[in-house]
Amino acid sequence: MVTWLQEKWFYVVIMALALIVPFFVPNRYIFQIIIMSCLFAIGALSLNLILGYTGQASLAHGAFFGIGAYGVAILTTTLGWSFWAALPVAALSSAFLGLIVGIPALRTRGAYFAIATLCLGEIVVLVAGNWTGLTGGQNGIVGIKPPDAIPIPMIGEISFQSQTSQYYLVLAFLLLTIFIMHRLVYSLKGLTFMAIRNNEVLAEAVGINTTKAKLLSFVVANFFAGMAGGIYASLISSISPSVASLKITFDFLLYVLLGGAASLAGPILGAFALPVLMEYLQFLHGYQMIVFGVLLVVVIIYCPRGLMGGITNLLAKINNKRMGS
Amino acid sequence: MLLQGERLVKHFGGTVAVDDVTFNVNKGEILAIIGPNGAGKSVLFSLISGLHKPTSGKITFQGEDITGFKSHMISRRGMARTFQLTALFDELRVVDNLALGYQKRTTGGTNFWATLLHSAGWKADKATMEAKILETLGFIGLEEKALELVSTLSQGEQRRLSIGIALVSDPELILFDEPTGGLIQKDTDEITHLIRKVNQTGVTVCLIEHKMRMIMDLANRIVVLNYGSQIAEGAPAEVAANPEVIEAYLGRKRDA
Repeated sequence: MVTWLQEKWFYVVIMALALIVPFFVPNRYIFQIIIMSCLFAIGALSLNLILGYTGQASLAHGAFFGIGAYGVAILTTTLGWSFWAALPVAALSSAFLGLIVGIPALRTRGAYFAIATLCLGEIVVLVAGNWTGLTGGQNGIVGIKPPDAIPIPMIGEISFQSQTSQYYLVLAFLLLTIFIMHRLVYSLKGLTFMAIRNNEVLAEAVGINTTKAKLLSFVVANFFAGMAGGIYASLISSISPSVASLKITFDFLLYVLLGGAASLAGPILGAFALPVLMEYLQFLHGYQMIVFGVLLVVVIIYCPRGLMGGITNLLAKINNKRMGS
Repeated sequence: MLLQGERLVKHFGGTVAVDDVTFNVNKGEILAIIGPNGAGKSVLFSLISGLHKPTSGKITFQGEDITGFKSHMISRRGMARTFQLTALFDELRVVDNLALGYQKRTTGGTNFWATLLHSAGWKADKATMEAKILETLGFIGLEEKALELVSTLSQGEQRRLSIGIALVSDPELILFDEPTGGLIQKDTDEITHLIRKVNQTGVTVCLIEHKMRMIMDLANRIVVLNYGSQIAEGAPAEVAANPEVIEAYLGRKRDA
């Protein structure tokens, strides 16, 4: 086994690096990419719960991200709510929609579940584009304010106007997501999810209510997708129906599959590595996606468990060799 | 009487897989269901364990009518089963498989909020589960392999683990679907021994098997099926002497 991946000090180092990032970013543009990567890592981690651990390919993840984004946008602009009240309500709405849709959709399996959720994604985009009164139609919603400042007695307040403060805000939510995913995945509850992915008939036979377990995984995944979407809307300040589009879903999918499904580090790695790679491939203009297509095929053939799986395998091999000689 | 099937019928389209079978399993015994290929044995197991719904008939388990229940509901009432082809969670480790076999016994251990908060009840349930898993590992002789991936186990070890998954939840009744199918003699003996050991701890056993010698040796009582119907029932010696059974297995005696 690769010991340093399991050692606490390794994560302490990563955490320390994450905390001092703002002091080393060269410019605002790169900083924005890092903030967005943290945000998208939340989305990727939550997709990983339903896709990687539970084995149900949801293609509506972008739609739930969009529901969260519209939730925060509508509640804070039209209704004038505080961001801190709007965010949980938006995330819960996303989870609730997941519950309503999941009850019939999760009765289907494999490709049929993927198709059912794909349709849901399209419906959300269409509603967002046409319910002009609520969503502003194709123009979307503009002028969404950044998260409200948190007052602290005696000292003053924490405001979220600067990039640095927004970075720490997103980082805190990312850590919360990692914490909850970690608790879930390394527990008997998480094992029941993996059992369903591995062998659904046997899972039923050992007494797992697979319908309920799949539903729980789906609802939790959609809660965090909605939460990420809500933060996104607030930081980016204007949204349009494209926020719920299939492109967002496939970005999440790429992060999860290339980073490494069914691991906690994989989706985070994917969410950071791919946008950076995308930046370096800017010179290809419209043709970057071809490179991604080829990369995806290569990774799926040669390391089906993604970059994270590849790294683990490689280090295990090196370790074995060293032990052998 | 632990389990009772009354006038069970199962049609698949036009095919009659199980035709008016009535049988019962008494508490503490080892009951074998035998019959030639296609006699309806596995379908009968699927009906009992809730994988299929019977077309008609009634199944009673510990006095409760469980006809038409889903398999996870039946499993939670204390009936465990193994599958014909070794069915394990092959992407997971040995201990994970046992934990999954145990999970229906715990409510706190799989509670969502308790899992997130690591509540005291959750921790206590986890400790109980770990003790039970260790005990079962010892019983099936897989302590050494506890942390290995299932895919690295030998055939015999995998078979023992599948029995462990059924056993770890302390069921009243275990249904074994051809527990020694495809195994070499040495492994067959080992599994036979293990099933007897399981029975001695007070668990009622009902099994489907082809290997006559093993059955004659192991079972207290035998039910014989042919073409979906029950043709004989009784102690091993009685059944072995029954002309209808001999005919079903060996074909009709030529009139000389």
